[in-house]
Amino acid sequence: MKSEFDIQKHKLVPKHEIMTEEEISNEFSDVDYDFKNLPKIKVTDPVAESIGAKPGDILRITRESQTAGEFITYRIVEV
Amino acid sequence: MKAFIKKIERINFGLMSPENIRDMSVVTVEYPDTYGDDGFPIDKGLMDPRLGIIDPSLVCRTCGSKGGVCQGHFGSIELARPVIHVGFGDVIHKILRSTCNECGRALLTDDEIKEYTNKILELKAQNESIGGILKKIYELANKKECDECPHCGTIQDKIILDKPVSMVQIINPLCEFKKVFYDEMSADSISIGEIGPISREIVENKEEYFQNRLLVNSNLLELLCEHLHNVDEIIDILDSDDEIDASYELSNTQLNNIFKTIVDSNGLIEEYKLTASEVRERLEKITDEDSFVLGVNPEVARPEWLVLTVLPVPPVTVRPSIILDTGERSEDDLTHKLVDILRINQRLLENMEAGAPQLIVEDLWELLQYHVTTYFDNEASGVPPARHRSGRPLKTLTQRLKGKEGRFRSNLSGKRVNFSARTVISPDPNISINEVGVPEMIAKEVTVPVHVNEWNIDEMRTYIENGPDVHPGANYVINGDTKRRVTEETKEFILENLEPGYIIERHLKDGDMVLFNRQPSLHRMSMMAHEVRVLPYKTFRLNLCVCPPYNADFDGDEMNMHVFQTDESRAEAKSLMRVQEHILSPRFGGPIIGAIHDHISGAYLLTRDGVEFTEEQALQIIRKSHLKIPEFKSNQWILKYDPDFDEESFIYKDKGDKWTGKELFSLLLPNDLNLSYTAEISKCPEVYPPEDAEVIIKNGILEQGVIDESAYGSFSGKILDKIVKEYGPGRAKEFLDRSTDLAICGIMKTGITTSLNDEEIPEEAQDRINEHLDNKMAEVDKLVEAYEEGYLEALPGRSLAETLEMRIMQVLGEARDMSGQIAEHYLTMGKQSLDDTYDHVMAVENHSVVMARTGARASMLNLTQITACVGQQAVRGGRIERGYINRTLPHFKKGELGAKAKGFVHSSYKSGLDPIEFFFHAMGGREGLVDTAIRTAQSGYMQRRLVNALQDLQVKPSGLVTDNQGNVIQTMFGEDGVDPAKSDFGKAANLDKLIDEIRMEGK
Repeated sequence: MKSEFDIQKHKLVPKHEIMTEEEISNEFSDVDYDFKNLPKIKVTDPVAESIGAKPGDILRITRESQTAGEFITYRIVEV
Repeated sequence: MKAFIKKIERINFGLMSPENIRDMSVVTVEYPDTYGDDGFPIDKGLMDPRLGIIDPSLVCRTCGSKGGVCQGHFGSIELARPVIHVGFGDVIHKILRSTCNECGRALLTDDEIKEYTNKILELKAQNESIGGILKKIYELANKKECDECPHCGTIQDKIILDKPVSMVQIINPLCEFKKVFYDEMSADSISIGEIGPISREIVENKEEYFQNRLLVNSNLLELLCEHLHNVDEIIDILDSDDEIDASYELSNTQLNNIFKTIVDSNGLIEEYKLTASEVRERLEKITDEDSFVLGVNPEVARPEWLVLTVLPVPPVTVRPSIILDTGERSEDDLTHKLVDILRINQRLLENMEAGAPQLIVEDLWELLQYHVTTYFDNEASGVPPARHRSGRPLKTLTQRLKGKEGRFRSNLSGKRVNFSARTVISPDPNISINEVGVPEMIAKEVTVPVHVNEWNIDEMRTYIENGPDVHPGANYVINGDTKRRVTEETKEFILENLEPGYIIERHLKDGDMVLFNRQPSLHRMSMMAHEVRVLPYKTFRLNLCVCPPYNADFDGDEMNMHVFQTDESRAEAKSLMRVQEHILSPRFGGPIIGAIHDHISGAYLLTRDGVEFTEEQALQIIRKSHLKIPEFKSNQWILKYDPDFDEESFIYKDKGDKWTGKELFSLLLPNDLNLSYTAEISKCPEVYPPEDAEVIIKNGILEQGVIDESAYGSFSGKILDKIVKEYGPGRAKEFLDRSTDLAICGIMKTGITTSLNDEEIPEEAQDRINEHLDNKMAEVDKLVEAYEEGYLEALPGRSLAETLEMRIMQVLGEARDMSGQIAEHYLTMGKQSLDDTYDHVMAVENHSVVMARTGARASMLNLTQITACVGQQAVRGGRIERGYINRTLPHFKKGELGAKAKGFVHSSYKSGLDPIEFFFHAMGGREGLVDTAIRTAQSGYMQRRLVNALQDLQVKPSGLVTDNQGNVIQTMFGEDGVDPAKSDFGKAANLDKLIDEIRMEGK
């Protein structure tokens, strides 16, 4: 039985989204790094599992930041 | 020497095979001697010239290069018997316990071997660590009780590592005997009497039945058999309530129990120490495939190479001998150890050849193992360290490399440098914050290389003429490859030949850039670039404002100075490392360089209410502080001059008028500075006049308020902070320099002094304090009574005793605070109001309080502890509990809970502590000392780990943070991309402050 508990709703879990091809090409048009150098997240990570991420996907994480108010970071899903 | 530029693509680590060692060896060392009677090295000895030479006048027999160029060549020693390498003791143990004692295969099924080989290959292909999987493999293959080899079926004995290098096999006959016995048992059950004959039959043909050779060779089976014949013993073991005899039929559990009890209670277990040869034989049997799963890559290492048969002898360059003043030769520790090894090796060889008894050979072998072990590691646990004749432990290979003083941390990560100096520091408020006073002695020793050109050649000539002993002189002249020292004799020759292109190493002179550093270098402000001021005497002088970033004081501190040797380094330091670039700390976004001590109290004494100077005095002060003298126009002084505004907005001062301290201070401030804040002294219960606590600066004029720690103190200076952020570090440097001068003038006009009189309070105050303390003591007694009578109510989540303790701590805390407040009421800075008549003993001014209230030094707590009451002493965060049984000292009753009995000090430092109080005070004081000692050690190690983890991170111009592999750490530095040093106390912007400023400018 799948757990009824949605960890995405927990207040300590920041918002994770799988990025579409289009979003990727938009948001990464002018960055000076390679996707494979992004921080990693396991497919088996509870959040990654809950949103159904697949290896190779890039997740956009929107979280609260002490310094910047709100901060967007990215993680690449890996096995 | 010509340099070859090569790129290292990768490094492969492996073991050296005996063949490798022999191939590399240029000489087989055989004799344990170094030099012969004739003083020449002995052939095939430890100093054989083929091992390389040090003397530059000789040519190496092996490589043909001169001494100093020849890096030396390895030799080897053929060990008479194999020896285990200490560094691999646990590796060997892990391999042995994971392989079959008989057939040498890994104790994994073929499927498992295949599976794990693939997993390892996969991980290696991804460049990932195989440490985790190897740990799993070893866990899986580790022998358990009665495990069978999946390949040959032998029941395995356990192997134990007796640190550091002995492998011990525990021979336990139980498992294998049981197995054989059950096989031979004809029926399902057996009677007691039958056990004996069957086991006899097994034991007599043990070679056939048993596979474990060590077990077969021991007499354990015979002993077991004897016990099994003893029917009485077996009956005893069964311990049955019924009468039993030899015909009693045994159940399986009973039989098992009998075997186990006999083995256990008679100690039929033998420990067999494997010799190094046996270990090596077993390792040899391991197949390449098996060794791969066990983490030994057969391409670069074979398990048996973990056991040494040939020992490499390092070249003499690694272990040079020293010739003492007496002409005696003193050999390196490694040479000593190698002599020991060779000596024993030879004796062992001779004994073996002569056919000496096994016992003697084994003893010598053991000794050889000891020497080889300590040769590698003289601090291995379980091995007594080899010592020098003097009793000093030898420094062998591991000791050379390991730890803080080892090759890596001491010689490779850190190096000694030239052109550096170190001496005691002392203060000098008359030099700028970005200067350092350098003693002439040092200035004449450390030099700056200057390229001679046609424009500076005359200047350089004068330096050479001065020579090395007169101050602005020169020590060396470099022309291409020749370096010549300037002396009286060479002077003329050098001057004749001097031409552009020469390099002169001239003395340090005023204005040179140097790096100044105080250890521990905990943050970047611990190393800053200063300008040189050559001064007399022998200490480095520094401005007091730079004490906080270096964390320096003058109780004997020493500091280091480094002189830049290239123009690039100098230029880089000048733009990045100068003192003024570091006024703001990236730690909290405020000034770390700023006023301290007298600098603060001086400004207060100058700017407080009612300070007035005659025109003459004022001009003297202005002059002494190196301030610009205000313009004088039509019989008026122009205090603030701003060419952007019309003349009406100027602030004029009539000639002959008195000057206030606030006006003098205003001369330091930028013309368009607007600022308001609350001064440090506002923490005073009463400030006279009250406006002094609120600072208002309008258009560069200090209109109201006093200058104290909040104005320009290090860590908290508001004015300083604003000046750096809005007018730049250069202006801030100037402000600090000039304010230092002005504060000194201020403090000299008033004078500052303190004595015990400053901590005096009137008798009436003392009475009030005593009365108050008595009340609080009564309160504590009441609490104790309530506790003892049982009507004290426990706080939620606390036991009754904890509640009492908390309540008492609270009451005693109040007691100290209140007595402090009473004392504080009498400890005032000076006048309380215009018509203050000073009816108490307090002097007109109390400089102790001035210092505490302005934030210059000390706190009001310090002062009230001196005057009123020291308060509760704490050990481990609570009242003092330790000492005797149920009491702290024998002067109290057992279980006494009162204030005095647990370390409350009623007295003040001034009145003096009684012996009991003194003792408790010492307890608390000692804890403080121990804590600081432990904290520095702990935080030092924490910092080391943190720095090692972060040192390679870099911030790209876009704000991207990556490590040296290119991995993204943050997509934006600090998530907001703000440089904390340029932030407003950590915040990107302070809106309230901005609004305030705009409002003030609008007025």
